[in-house]
Amino acid sequence: MIPLSHYLIVGALLFAISVVGIFLNRKNLVIILMAIELLLLAANMNFVAFSHYLEDLSGQVFVFFVLTVAAAEAAIGLAILIVLFRTRRSINVQDLDRLKG
Amino acid sequence: MTFLEIVFYVFSAVLVGSSLLVVTVRNPVRAALFLVLAFFSAACLWLTLEAEFLAITLVLVYVGAVMVLFLFVIMMLDIDIAQMRAGFANYLPLGLIVALIMAGELILVMLSGEFGDTQLPRPVGHDADYSNTEALGKVVYTDYVYTFELAAVILLVAIIAAISLTLRRRPETRYQAPEEQVKVRKEDRIRIVKMPPRPEEKP
Amino acid sequence: MSRELLYLLIPLSCLVAALVSGFLGSRIGRVGAHRAAIGGVGFAFVLSCVVAWDVFSGNHFNGPVYTWAVSGGTRFEIGFLIDPLSAVMMVVVTFVSLMVHIYTIGYMAEDPGYTRFFSYIALFTFAMLMLVMSNNFLQLFFGWEGVGLVSYLLIGFWYERDSAIRANLKAFLVNRVGDFGFILGIGAVLALFGSLDYQTVFDAAPSLAGETTQGPFGFEWHWVTLICLLLFVGAMGKSAQVPLHVWLPDSMEGPTPISALIHAATMVTAGIFLVARMSPLFELSTTALSVVLIVGALTALLMAFVALVQTDIKRVVAYSTLSQLGYMTVALGASAYSVAIFHLATHAFFKALLFLAAGSVIIAMHHEQDMRRMGGLRKVMPVTYITCVIGSLALAGIPPFAGFFSKDAIIEAVHYSSTPGAGFAYAAVLIGVVLTAFYSFRLVFMAFHGEGRMDTKTREHLQESPWVVTGPLVALAVPSVLAGLLLVNATMDGSLFGSSVVAGGVPKALDMTAGGMLAHAPVAVPFWLAVLGIVGAWVCYLWKPELPLKAVGRWNGIYRVLVKKYGFDELYQWAFADGARGLGHVLSEWGDRRLIDGWLVNGAARAVARTANLVRHVQSGLVYHYAFVMIIGLVALMSWFLFR
Repeated sequence: MIPLSHYLIVGALLFAISVVGIFLNRKNLVIILMAIELLLLAANMNFVAFSHYLEDLSGQVFVFFVLTVAAAEAAIGLAILIVLFRTRRSINVQDLDRLKG
Repeated sequence: MTFLEIVFYVFSAVLVGSSLLVVTVRNPVRAALFLVLAFFSAACLWLTLEAEFLAITLVLVYVGAVMVLFLFVIMMLDIDIAQMRAGFANYLPLGLIVALIMAGELILVMLSGEFGDTQLPRPVGHDADYSNTEALGKVVYTDYVYTFELAAVILLVAIIAAISLTLRRRPETRYQAPEEQVKVRKEDRIRIVKMPPRPEEKP
Repeated sequence: MSRELLYLLIPLSCLVAALVSGFLGSRIGRVGAHRAAIGGVGFAFVLSCVVAWDVFSGNHFNGPVYTWAVSGGTRFEIGFLIDPLSAVMMVVVTFVSLMVHIYTIGYMAEDPGYTRFFSYIALFTFAMLMLVMSNNFLQLFFGWEGVGLVSYLLIGFWYERDSAIRANLKAFLVNRVGDFGFILGIGAVLALFGSLDYQTVFDAAPSLAGETTQGPFGFEWHWVTLICLLLFVGAMGKSAQVPLHVWLPDSMEGPTPISALIHAATMVTAGIFLVARMSPLFELSTTALSVVLIVGALTALLMAFVALVQTDIKRVVAYSTLSQLGYMTVALGASAYSVAIFHLATHAFFKALLFLAAGSVIIAMHHEQDMRRMGGLRKVMPVTYITCVIGSLALAGIPPFAGFFSKDAIIEAVHYSSTPGAGFAYAAVLIGVVLTAFYSFRLVFMAFHGEGRMDTKTREHLQESPWVVTGPLVALAVPSVLAGLLLVNATMDGSLFGSSVVAGGVPKALDMTAGGMLAHAPVAVPFWLAVLGIVGAWVCYLWKPELPLKAVGRWNGIYRVLVKKYGFDELYQWAFADGARGLGHVLSEWGDRRLIDGWLVNGAARAVARTANLVRHVQSGLVYHYAFVMIIGLVALMSWFLFR
């Protein structure tokens, strides 16, 4: 049988990959948003796996809420992206340094 | 090797591979499509964990809605890919080191024996007539009902926020005002001018 | 009429007079104002005489008339202690005050502050009466501060003058030093006895004489010694004893009547009165008596020397006052309290007389006070001259004038005293006799004899002062001659002051009578010393006027020391005024501006600004930098959890 640890390793790998993604695509906001989705997926993977192995539905309920928040976040994030693009004609993160101290 | 194991390993490989491609491919559209593939694989993995409802939700919500949204945005915006890729490799070593450390540490924990078969054996699967959706619904509408309502509110807020952020008024655009058109009366448009008939021209 | 009402009327009539002439002065006019003031003070004088007669008939009084606060078992009362001591003081105060009031009509006739002046001196009389009539320490302090306040106001009466303002501020500040000790002494009394009432304190004092306390510098102090010394610090301030004497010469900036009333006859004797009043306490502490004796002797001697070189007529009299106050203090230190008060009374008369005479001269000279520009005034001002000579004879201690009896009694008291330091004091007062005679007749000779050294314009206008000026002179000359003769027997056999001071205030060994003293005078040392002083003055200022100049040339160093008044003023200026200013400067410059402002306040702001300047580079504004930091932090945390 598949042990729990294998699911968790898959989640860990996903997590690490998305971290690399943030590092690599540091200029492209869209890909960064996608990498964040991947991060959340990695977390969800762990929730679901634990939920199954511990026979507790709470984990799945939690995934449910994470999905909700992730959807909201994606929607608002993309909306901001559009507004940003309209005003600056670019989504290059390097151009967004208005908060520079 | 059982069927379940085959399914798990295959989809795990697809998941990891496609997510790697998500962060490395040049074209954002392709990245989005690989993300779709990654979500599909994740949904399949969740099916092996008897989380059928969530798996379907993932496909419906993510693949059907969120990813489409992503694609819309990517295609709507005129993104200069070449510029985006500039300096792509600059942070690769650092990113790789961090990611490797992270993955290494996480895997070290996973394999420490806390989560092995003996410590936490996989439970026996439910019968065929077991409904994951029903069980989840019972929990969501009882124990987590307020949280559930809260999630709905969050979605509502997200809708309003997204709309109000992207809505823009264009003063140069001309609109019809149907209510004004309907309310219009004769007096508003026609003016009857009383004037004497033209006097006869004197010879 | 009950006694309380009678006693109350005495100070209150003065207070009413002060209020009327002060607040209604502009409405009732100058004449109205001086009538009100003189009426009030004259009424007080008459009543004081009635009270004195009553007291010497044997009716003493001690009791409260009004309780204004009770706090934690301590009663704060207005009360009167009427015994021979206070009766004598009341008569002296009201009499001199009345004379000065009358004199002021002439002296201040042209001054715009006329009504204000009358208000002040009436108020002074009120405060002084409250002081001497008090039966408790708090009322004493009230009167004490009251006279200090009026003194301040009157020294600065001509407030347009810069020097007057400086002088009154100086007087006020120096008196503050004394009053600080005084109020500490009152606090110590309250701490030890739990009461502020004289009688309670005096009754309890002998049984508590052995009590000690941990005093300053870690020494064991006898409570009584501590109290006496602190109270004496107050007395030193008011009575201008070395080293708190510096304010008195400068107080001559005030109008002359004030110098006569406050700075010669009455207020400055408050310290003497205080010590006499506290005699039951002082008798319990030999240490305190010794201090009193030595301070008095120092004052008497040092100030007499300074008087020799003064050229301002009022300053000569002022320094002689200091010297005579020293004599009184010496008498106190020798436990001869009655003798001190006796000298206080006679001195009040002849010193007021001398001041008023000096004022009369100043009027005639059109407010010229330098004796080097006077001379020959004897012919134009006969009344002033005669009264002034009487005053000087009394001051010098020539029999049978008042000063002879009181001063001789002091010298004898010191002679027989066994207080530590009495030998020094005896020498000091004997030398003082020569000096006193010398400087007082130096004044007489320089002002009234010889050639006139004033300019012609002044000379043409020289004339005797009006009767309101000479009247008080004559009125004061009478007691200056007779007071000693009349009072000496009663003083010396202890019957005058009776129980109001310890043991009648006269050492047992002193057995003197008026006749005995007069008979003894031609063979006594002090008399011949006084004659020597007068003759010396005659030689130096009439017979061989060049002698003083030669002496100055010969002993220039000593002369300069005397002119500089031993440098007390410079020392205080340097140590306290400049020292305090310097300290303030250092504190403001380094403590406030550099340390607090520069280092703590601005420094903190600068530190924040500098840190922020460094830290702001961390805020690149780029999202991925923040993300990197988050991720690296996450990795670090994970590593820590895993490998710790």
